[in-house]
Amino acid sequence: MEAIQEVLTEEKPTETGIEVSGSVALLEALIVEGVDTIFGYPGGAIMPIYDALFDYNDKLNHILVRHEQGGIHAGQGYARTSGKCGVVFATSGPGATNLVTGLADAQIDSTPLVCITGQVFAHLLGTDAFQETDVINITTPVTKWNYQITDATEIPEVIAKAFYIAKSGRPGPVLIDITKNAQIQLFNYKGYTPCSHIRSYRPKPIVRPQYIEQAAALINEAKKPFILFGQGVILGSAEQEFKAFVEKSGIPAAWTVLGAGAIPTDHPLNVGMLGMHGNYGPNVLTNECDVLIAIGMRFDDRVTGRLDKYAKQAKVVHLDIDPAEIDKNVKSTVPVWGDCKETLPLLTALVDEKQHTEWLAKFNDYTRQEVEQVIEKELNPTTAEMTMGEVIKQLNEITKGEAVIVTDVGQHQMVACRYAQFNNTRSNVTSGGLGTMGFALPAAIGAKFGAQDRTVVAIIGDGGFQMTCQELGTIMQSGIDVKIIILNNRFLGMVRQWQELFNSRRYSFVDIQSPDFVALAAAYRIPGKTIDNRADLPSALSEMLNNKGSFLLEVMVTKENNVFPMVPQGCSVSEIRLK
Amino acid sequence: MTQESEKQEFNITVYTENQIGLLNRIAIIFTRRKINIDSLNTSPSEIDKIHRFNIVINESEDVVRKLTRQIEKQVEVLKCYYHTNADVIWQEMALYKVSTDVIAEKVSVERLLRENGARAVVIRKDYTVFETTGHREETDNLISILQPYGLIEFVRSARVAIIKDSDGFNRKLREFERLEPGEDVIENEYLNQGQKVFTM
Repeated sequence: MEAIQEVLTEEKPTETGIEVSGSVALLEALIVEGVDTIFGYPGGAIMPIYDALFDYNDKLNHILVRHEQGGIHAGQGYARTSGKCGVVFATSGPGATNLVTGLADAQIDSTPLVCITGQVFAHLLGTDAFQETDVINITTPVTKWNYQITDATEIPEVIAKAFYIAKSGRPGPVLIDITKNAQIQLFNYKGYTPCSHIRSYRPKPIVRPQYIEQAAALINEAKKPFILFGQGVILGSAEQEFKAFVEKSGIPAAWTVLGAGAIPTDHPLNVGMLGMHGNYGPNVLTNECDVLIAIGMRFDDRVTGRLDKYAKQAKVVHLDIDPAEIDKNVKSTVPVWGDCKETLPLLTALVDEKQHTEWLAKFNDYTRQEVEQVIEKELNPTTAEMTMGEVIKQLNEITKGEAVIVTDVGQHQMVACRYAQFNNTRSNVTSGGLGTMGFALPAAIGAKFGAQDRTVVAIIGDGGFQMTCQELGTIMQSGIDVKIIILNNRFLGMVRQWQELFNSRRYSFVDIQSPDFVALAAAYRIPGKTIDNRADLPSALSEMLNNKGSFLLEVMVTKENNVFPMVPQGCSVSEIRLK
Repeated sequence: MTQESEKQEFNITVYTENQIGLLNRIAIIFTRRKINIDSLNTSPSEIDKIHRFNIVINESEDVVRKLTRQIEKQVEVLKCYYHTNADVIWQEMALYKVSTDVIAEKVSVERLLRENGARAVVIRKDYTVFETTGHREETDNLISILQPYGLIEFVRSARVAIIKDSDGFNRKLREFERLEPGEDVIENEYLNQGQKVFTM
């Protein structure tokens, strides 16, 4: 086997070819694509691939997860921190259906993934064979592309397409379903050529100089311009280009949840977070600015609130790589289609160097009010019980904003995104669009594999943790170093908050009991600690961060705390509430 | 032009590669938004290995524009256009099965068929099959005419439509085949407004 691999891992196709199985061809393809880590779970229909993988142990690091959903979230975490494509293996039937949540999450958050699922023998397709399910049709709405391989000879070309589609343009998840006969089948393998062109697929719209000029003219005339940026800046690796644009134009910039970290949190022109639980100024001033410059963001309803009252006074410049996003929710005045890594420098060249001192001061006024009425109480509470915010503040002080923060979904997620300090890009890993509870623990495992030299801290609620806590087993077996903070308010906090505010405190099924999390971690040989006293917080966080290997820290926080500010559903962003 | 928010019939033309599963990918773009597809035709186009879809829906232009962008976003879709009924020439074909005895006996039926441009496709002892092609109301009209004479079976095809102002797809496809396409391929409706072919 060794000798064959030597020959095969050459990037250029050999002329004569060599006889290999479909499974070997698949693994060879992964190596040429630069894959180093695979998250997966074996099963009947993917056994030939796993059999081949046995001999590739030194080249491909396979992480055995505890559930396929954990596997795909780990793949997402890996992709988000590394900027590479996450790779996930699962078997047919239940293995494949367990991927669906992660696929939907990756689709809506534009995360590049290549998922390989095993499938029953081609001659059994459609016979309701054991563990047969129609994976292609189940996953069609939640993948950027999918394809079923029934013949081994298709493997090199299809896998090449899969990686190209997943990574190019607006990234997304791709699923390749391979029937068992194709995995076993021997064929004449002539090497692997990465794909760089598909005739019907145009990942990048052509940049139109006239729109750049129109956009620059609007920006140069603006008195109160405002930048909204999203994950597009990070996905396009355009952080430097973005920073240059912001600094030259002097325009205040606010971020969506997934855009956090594209420029450092403490950058003087970073005015904070947008959306339902975003900062006061960015929300209110959206309805006061004269030119709104949206960069790599898609005007999600959690960002815009009520659309017919959203930035109606403003001219809108929308930079996006995906033409379908232009005018989808907010009508643009000037659409700038294209990769922002290309469009931003062109725009920067044409905008005037300016400082919007008065306009920026308005943001600062709102910040002052928000600090007084919300932030101070959250970060420096005088109550006996701890708040979620002070845990994040304390964490910032120790990590100095250098850590990767992985969050789950709910109150702790909003608090973490609001208060965590991000000095670097690719530091905020969270489920934004789909809002998948149970995302954080497996995503943190993947995030650490994708950024091994960085500290990875998962911040999870007591509810979300219980959705995927089986992945503690993955941490145990792989020995990966993930710091886990459970912010335990003994409630499904965000739903409880809505029930308090909008359902007259009718707390319907939000009172959740938890196991002894520290004992649970101990069962997986992961050290842990629980604290409910403010005085213990700094030392407990230090203990966690200094521990060699994973550590679980449970912090008991106030039961009925609400996340504010808040734009109630159906309200305009300017109707944001501070309490 | 009618108001953008007013519902009317739109003809959506999609040029695609021939791939299993693409029909589903296109169909779910409509079903996800609870939009009914009134008519769907798919067949090979004049260009080898390229298929053409004709889809008819009743929606506002605003919605249709967003739908065409979602369709064009699919990997195997080369191009997607939308047009109102005024911008296309369209036809539907219909087949009518009638008892041969009735036609033989009643001269009036024969005349009615001729007036409606129907043509006999098959004539058997027991029944005759007529074919006619036209707009919906024309094929509908013949149903009501034949109904009193015992229409046995009826079927109508999906709509096919030719775009009045189109230069065809051959030239565009050659552009598509190039690794570095020119601006025409990735069109921008803002540029094309007022031009002959309005596309996204």
